Amino acid sequence: MSSFSRSRMAAPFLSVVLLTLLLIAWQLAVRDSAPTAGLDPEYAKLMGVAATTGKSAIPTPIDVGRKLMAAVADPFYDKGPNDKGVGTQLAFSLARVLLGFGLAAIVAIPMGFLIGMSPLAGATLNPFIQVLKPVSPLAWMPLALYTIKDSAQSAIFVIFICSVWPMLVNTAFGVAGVRREWLNVARTLEVGAWRRAVHVILPAAAPTIFTGMRISIGIAWLVIVAAEMLVGGTGIGYFVWNQWNNLSLADILMGILLIGLVGMALDRLLALAASGVTWRE
Amino acid sequence: MTRPYLSIEGISRLYGTRPVFRDLWFGVERGEFCCLIGHSGCGKTTILNILAGLEAPDGGALVMDGHEIAGPSLDRAVIFQSHALYPWLTALENVAFALRSRHPAWSRAQILARAHQALELVGLKDAAHQKPSELSGGMKQRVGIARALSLEPAMLLMDEPFSALDALTRGALQDEVVGLVGGGRQTAFMITHDVDEAILLADRILLMTNGPDARLAEIVVNTLPRPRDRASLHRQPGYYPLRNHIVDFLVTRSRVLAETRPADWTGRNVPEISPATPHADNKSLESLAP
Repeated sequence: MSSFSRSRMAAPFLSVVLLTLLLIAWQLAVRDSAPTAGLDPEYAKLMGVAATTGKSAIPTPIDVGRKLMAAVADPFYDKGPNDKGVGTQLAFSLARVLLGFGLAAIVAIPMGFLIGMSPLAGATLNPFIQVLKPVSPLAWMPLALYTIKDSAQSAIFVIFICSVWPMLVNTAFGVAGVRREWLNVARTLEVGAWRRAVHVILPAAAPTIFTGMRISIGIAWLVIVAAEMLVGGTGIGYFVWNQWNNLSLADILMGILLIGLVGMALDRLLALAASGVTWRE
Repeated sequence: MTRPYLSIEGISRLYGTRPVFRDLWFGVERGEFCCLIGHSGCGKTTILNILAGLEAPDGGALVMDGHEIAGPSLDRAVIFQSHALYPWLTALENVAFALRSRHPAWSRAQILARAHQALELVGLKDAAHQKPSELSGGMKQRVGIARALSLEPAMLLMDEPFSALDALTRGALQDEVVGLVGGGRQTAFMITHDVDEAILLADRILLMTNGPDARLAEIVVNTLPRPRDRASLHRQPGYYPLRNHIVDFLVTRSRVLAETRPADWTGRNVPEISPATPHADNKSLESLAP
């Protein structure tokens, strides 16, 4: 092996090279071609610039870059319900995700504790979990809209329902898997139920619980885009759908990029929190 | 009838309908160090768990200091085979966790001071703030010993505490245990399969036949004088008769006796012999030979 491939800088360097190559290929693929001659002027008018100049409707990376720069320069403007800054839209989405995810954690972690500690509770609730877990969160949307009668709250409910399962299942798994000898130590020390739950079971299961939280926040961020496309109004999902209605592909591509970056940031944040509670044997 | 300090009275453990062991009787006197030796499958660890109160016997009873053992207690501290430290706590915090159970009213400073003291006793003063993952196997077991001793238990229970360690570490730790709990200050019960360990530490050595349906075949009284240390123990007169007796038991008699349980056998009258003392006992030894 060469010293380069072993170097810590090798992978980041290659990532940048790959990105550059992809951007160049993209730019070349959608660059202007020669005007299309001999077109019926009436038809050309109907078809717009794409047909008359031969220019692709797909924006170039430079177009997307310009949009991104503009968005970063003024992320929080508000020019009415259909024209808000992309920062505002992301903030709406994040608030919904964090609210739904937080509520889900409040429900799922204590429930998971109960299921993990009581085999009877686990066996009783297992069929419900198995049936409800694979239901697409968007399938709950009509029911949520009917019962809650508020589209913004319905979106939060959808985030709640999709976040709850991974956290519930992982907490139960982590709690049920606490090493028997650790529990035996607590028993020989006559540790009470509350102290055992907080000081033995919780730290022992914490890494597994955090894995569940990471899965949940990932799913929540996936689902919020779809949910906002349905309920509309605000949010990054609504932004993308709105730009589709505007036929602004450059804005859509920028939205996709921002969704990816925010999703990555959420995952890294939870990974960081998880590393704080992870123990090694 | 006067009961010993810890009295095991006819306990049994069933695996389905088959007994792992049954009708097991023995006692541990105050300040005595008792070792139980037997092959795998005779229920050694189960016996220790029952003494600790972690498991209930399928029959029989246990009485300690006039009270029936009905569950785990801070008075019976356990040193586990696999150290069983909490990996998310430092060595100091592991000891402090136990001390907090023992002394709920103590201040944090008192607990920490006492925990430091306990670690110093086992030579881990400098490793107090390390996590178990940063400690060697021997150091982890030392923390386990410090945790158990810091409770000042009426009885110390040890489940093959040194079996996972290499020979050199094991020897060093055995010497330390002799210094810490030997000499009649601490009542202790230890499971082992190491003959020399038993001879070094124990006042009496309980020999179990092979399972299933294991029984306590005999009790060997270790009359070698204290204080003992590993360096000179094997030069003591009586060491080899004692050692040979136990090794013979483990190699052949534990198996032969398991197959030939006398019809009139009862768990209450286990022969007690002293192979290290040259006197009339030797005759009874010959009669016991298969």
